Order: sequence, then C-alpha cells, then structure tokens
Amino acid sequence: MTTFDPTGTESVPVTSAPAPHDSYRVGTGTRATRVLGLFTIVSMGWLVVFGLGFSPADRDQDEAVRILYVHVPTIWLAYLAFVVTAIASALYLFPKAHSLGWDRLAGASAEIGVAFVAVTLVVGALWGRLTWGVFWQWDARLTLTALLFVSYIGYLAVRRLGGTHEQRARRSAVLGLLIVLEIPLLHFSVKLWRSLHQGSTLTDPSGDVKMDGLMLFSLFVGVIAFTLLYVWLVLHRTRAMAMEDLLDDRQLDSALEARRAEARIDAAPESAPEPAPEVGTEDR
Amino acid sequence: MSVWKITWLIALKDLRIERRSRVITDQVLPFAGVTMLIFAFALDADSVLERVAPGLIWLATMFSLLVLVQRAFSIETDDGALDAMRVAGVDARAIYLGKSLSLAVQLLVLEVILLGAAIVLYAQTVPLDGVVLLVVTLLTATCGLASVGTLYGGLAAGIRGRETLLPLLTLPAVAPVLIGATRAVEAALGTAGAVVSDGWPWVGLLAVFAVAFGVGGTLAFGPLIDE
Amino acid sequence: MVSFRDVVAVLGTFPALAGVTLDVEAGEIVLLQGPNGAGKTTLLRTCAGLLPVVRGTARILEFDLAADRDVVRRHVGLLGHQNGLYVDLTVRDNVRFWGATAGASHDEIVAAMVRLDVHDRLVDVPVRKLSAGQRRRTALACLVARRARLWLLDEPHAGLDAASRDELDRILRQAAASGATVIVASHELERATSLATRVVEVVAGQVRET
Repeated sequence: MTTFDPTGTESVPVTSAPAPHDSYRVGTGTRATRVLGLFTIVSMGWLVVFGLGFSPADRDQDEAVRILYVHVPTIWLAYLAFVVTAIASALYLFPKAHSLGWDRLAGASAEIGVAFVAVTLVVGALWGRLTWGVFWQWDARLTLTALLFVSYIGYLAVRRLGGTHEQRARRSAVLGLLIVLEIPLLHFSVKLWRSLHQGSTLTDPSGDVKMDGLMLFSLFVGVIAFTLLYVWLVLHRTRAMAMEDLLDDRQLDSALEARRAEARIDAAPESAPEPAPEVGTEDR
Repeated sequence: MSVWKITWLIALKDLRIERRSRVITDQVLPFAGVTMLIFAFALDADSVLERVAPGLIWLATMFSLLVLVQRAFSIETDDGALDAMRVAGVDARAIYLGKSLSLAVQLLVLEVILLGAAIVLYAQTVPLDGVVLLVVTLLTATCGLASVGTLYGGLAAGIRGRETLLPLLTLPAVAPVLIGATRAVEAALGTAGAVVSDGWPWVGLLAVFAVAFGVGGTLAFGPLIDE
Repeated sequence: MVSFRDVVAVLGTFPALAGVTLDVEAGEIVLLQGPNGAGKTTLLRTCAGLLPVVRGTARILEFDLAADRDVVRRHVGLLGHQNGLYVDLTVRDNVRFWGATAGASHDEIVAAMVRLDVHDRLVDVPVRKLSAGQRRRTALACLVARRARLWLLDEPHAGLDAASRDELDRILRQAAASGATVIVASHELERATSLATRVVEVVAGQVRET
C-alpha cells in the first residue's frame, strides 16, 4: 500500500517531514535542516580558509596539494553514501514491513554518492594533471573508482524504470545488494591486476601523500564539511522523493476518480473513447 | 517436481530451440568471427595483435554475450512464454539455472571458436602444458558470464526501453571475468613471457566469481523479473 | 475461490482496475464482458498473480494476493492474448514442456493433445507454421494438461472454428464440474447462455453484475 504519512511516522531514520501547518509553504526544509545547513556553510568556510589560506604548500606538489582537501573527502563520502545505500536496501528488503522510507534513503544516498564520485574523478584528474602530468592512470584505485561510478549509474537507471513504488523499491533493493556483491570481486580483481602490472612509471597515487600538522587538519575540516553537506543533501533529497511519491499517489487518486466517473457516465456501453492503453498490448 | 528436474527441462528446451532455429549458429557465431576480423582493422600492427590476442578473444566474447542473452530472452517474450512460466508457478530459480546452463553451453561453443580464430588470425599457439589451464579457464569464466548475463537479461527483457539496460548492467559486473580470464589465457598461451603457474590465481578468482554470482543470481532472479 | 474488495491495479500510472469488488465460488463459470480498455485482461492477469494489487484486498483460493502472489500462480492457469508458446518448437515439444513443468504425466499430455485435436497431423509441426486457431488449440492443450484449480481465459474462442469452440466449452464445463473455477473474458454474447453460469460486466475498471 502506498499511503504517505505526512506526520512522518513512516520509518525514515532521519528527522520527520514538515509538519502539516507548514503546508502554506511546502518545501523540504525544517528547522533541523536549516541549522544543519548553517553548520555546513560555516565548515565549508573553514575549509576554504584553511585549505587555501593557512595550510602550507607541499614540498613536492606545491599548491596542487590543496585540491586533495576536496578530492579525498568526496571519495570518502561517496563510499559512505554507497554503504548507506547498501544498508538501506537490506533494511527495505528483509523485514516484512518493507518500509518505503528505506528505499527512498537508498535512492537518495546513491544519487548523492554518484555525484560525489563524479566530483572525485574530475577533481582527481585535475590534481593528476598538475602532479603527475596526466589526467588518468590505470592503477587499482582509479580503475575501481571508475567501475564504482558506472555500477551505480546502472543502479540509478534501474530505479527509473517505472512501475509502482513497491516494484521500484524491490528491484532497486535487490540490485543494490547485487552491487555490494560485485564490489569485493571488482576490488580483488583490479588489485591483483595492478599489483602484477609492472608498467607504472609514475609516483604513488593520492592518499599516500605524507601530511602533517595544518595540512592534516585542513583535510579533517574537509571531511567534516563534506559529511555535513552529505547529510544535508540526503535529508532534502529523501524528503523530496517522499513528496514525489505522495504526488504519484495523489495522481493515482485523481486517475481513479476519472476512471470511476467514466463508469457512471457509461450508462450505455462505449460512449466516449477511453484514454486507456489497448487491452492486450501490455508489455511482456 | 524438483528444481533440478525443471532446470534440466528448461535448459534442454532452450538448446532444442537453438537446434531448430539455428539463430546462434547462423548469426551470432559469424558475428563473433567478424569482430575478430575488425579488431585487426582497428589495431593494424601484427605484433600488437599477437600480444593482445587473449584480450581480444574475451572482448569478442563479451559482445557476443550481450547478443546471446538478448536472444535467450526474446524467445521467452515473443509469445509471452516467460509470463506463462511465471503464471505456471515454475520456480524462478529453476528458470534462472536452466537458462544459465543453456547460455553457458552456447558460450563455451562460442569461446572455442574464438580461440580457433585467434590461433588462425593472430598467430597464437597453445603449448601442451597450458592446455589444462586453458580448459579450466574457459569453464570457470563461462559459468561466471552465464550467471551474470542471465540475471540481468531477465531484468532487461521484454519491456520497451529496457533492453539497453543490459550492456550497462552487465559489462561492469563482468569486468573481473574480463581481467581474470585474459590474464589466465595469457599464462596458458605464454603471451609476453607469462608462465602457466601465473594463471592459476586468476582461475581461483574466476571460480569465486562464478560461485558468487551463481548463488546471488539464483536468489535475485525471481524478484528482478517480477512485476 | 476468488474474493476481491476494491482492488486497484495499475498499468504504468493508469488505474486499469479502479476498485473491483467480485466474488466467485468454486465450480462457477463466470463470463467477463465489457468494451475494450475496460480492464478485463488486467483483471485476469491480476487473478493470475502477474500484476500486483496496489489497493484493496484480493484473495485467490486460500492465498492473499498481496503476500503470496507467487504461490497462487501454481494453482492458476492463464490463457492470455499471447499463447505462451515457443514458436520454433513443435506442438509436441511445447505441450510436453508445459505439461512436464506442471508435473503432468505422459498420458495426460497426450490426452490433452488428442482432445484439442492437435495430435494427428500437427503434432510435429513447428508452431510458427501453424495458423492462429491451431496455435490457440495448442496453447489450450498446454493449459488442459496442467489441470489448474482456477482457469483464466482471455478471448479463448477467437480464431477457433465452430467445432473447436464447442469442444472448448465442453472442456470448461468439465473443469468446473470437477471443482475448478473458470473465468472467461469474451466479446461473444451467445456464449453467455451456452457456457457461463454467471455474466459479469467490466466497465472502466470496475465490475457490475448483470
């Protein structure tokens, strides 16, 4: 059953949706998210100040090291986002309740995760160009990141296949868990592949850069800032999805009304042409 | 009726359909052969072709896999047979295992032919001590490919606008097979100084992959094909 | 056997069933009539467990469709708009396969083929070479071999000649007499009197008794 509970007693594991009296200005913001948003902006500000200002340039990489304060947090958050997707998929699928809130969390987190991976790849390519001289390198970590990106794009494509909310949720949850199966396999095969490959003539990829003092602190600030950003985005996106689902339900209600009205008008059979798809030409 | 009996029935049914219709022998195998030819057009240098031949075999296999899977499911959706099987309450696990089995057989035939093409077109030779590795690689890689292909093939089947999902879902998932099978075949053929003992760890990876997706697919197929 | 209360089923975003309330007892032969697009096919497919119930409650036999959709299917036989045949295989191969997956014995399968008159000249002909009516009879033979408890048929008479239609009616009456329930969707008004124990009208996704 796809009834939406506006008071938020559906088991979404984060703060509830806007209270009914907010309906004159319906949005996904609440006091909690505004406070969170404020903290996010402040910590982003700190990141800019420390990342671009206080922290020193690196011995080897010069100013390019500053990119890492963005690049490293985004990939960590992407991993976090995908872990959340996996857990939420399981929490939808296995309990009998099949609560759609978990499905929405899984979907929102995956979307944001994909966005973060995209940022990681682009920013990382820039960093690579500055430090190694190339945009890309076929080492284990980069290859895996690219594969992760493509896998979750597939997940998002499946989420958009349509159908009822339960159908979408079930398909996506199963696929989400399959991707969890794929990741270790990808990880080991790529690792084994690159450890045997002698061809790399470039220096250690990112993350093995030695950092201390202010640099480490800036990185830390970056992680905090992006984590806050992630949570803020997930909250909003999940609520937006809940509203989209609610909209679907409302549209179904009005479609039902229209269809039932047809029956009342249809005292004699076959009056107006129905807007229905031809019976018998259903797919599959 | 046990799941295995029905699996067997379904696998035989698929193979019988191929025997009658000959779509794979007439269309897909030639397609695979053609890809081996056009690789040569794109890669020009003989030395390059010789060096990458194992990779080309598996690339051609991957592309042919997509075509084979689409064929495997179009026979079901043509006249609503997959629906009929679901309504008949045929255990989804049996449908999955049966179709994977028949797909695996078709893939094996395809791979052997591609190997032959590589021997002829890319001047490959199979040293005697590499034969066992080669055979085991083919078997384990095939099981993995058939498992993934059938799983996502079921999801992508039938409904318009879904068939294009198949490559997007399948290719990242079978990347480990591409990596592992190519390295193992390189070891078996002695490409670029590889020795046979290099190949066995990769076979281990392929076996784990096949088991993981065999089990995962059996569990996931039912929910994925359900409306 | 079949108990629907305000059942809603959707095709995409369209509510093909807009609140169906229907009760069917074992042994009944119910004829569904109504214009194209009314939802007859969707109703049959929902009874078969192919489509999920979005709202309302539905029980088929002793199962709740919301929870046990896949279990219900084993007891149900559906002959939809498509025949569910493998066009490259012969009649014999098809009926054998469908009978075997349902656990029917060899004799039962042969009996079904004889009954539908596909056993003689046609038995080793690939289905793609058969006419529409011959394919329909083959599909019916597959259905008969399964001996379901609930028979769902969508325009089964279409494409059949007069003799085959009468034979089909005999088969359905026999099935009902042995305790199965039969629901047939058909445009043919004469069948109402000759075959059905009850006629139900499907209009705009809902059901009206006539």
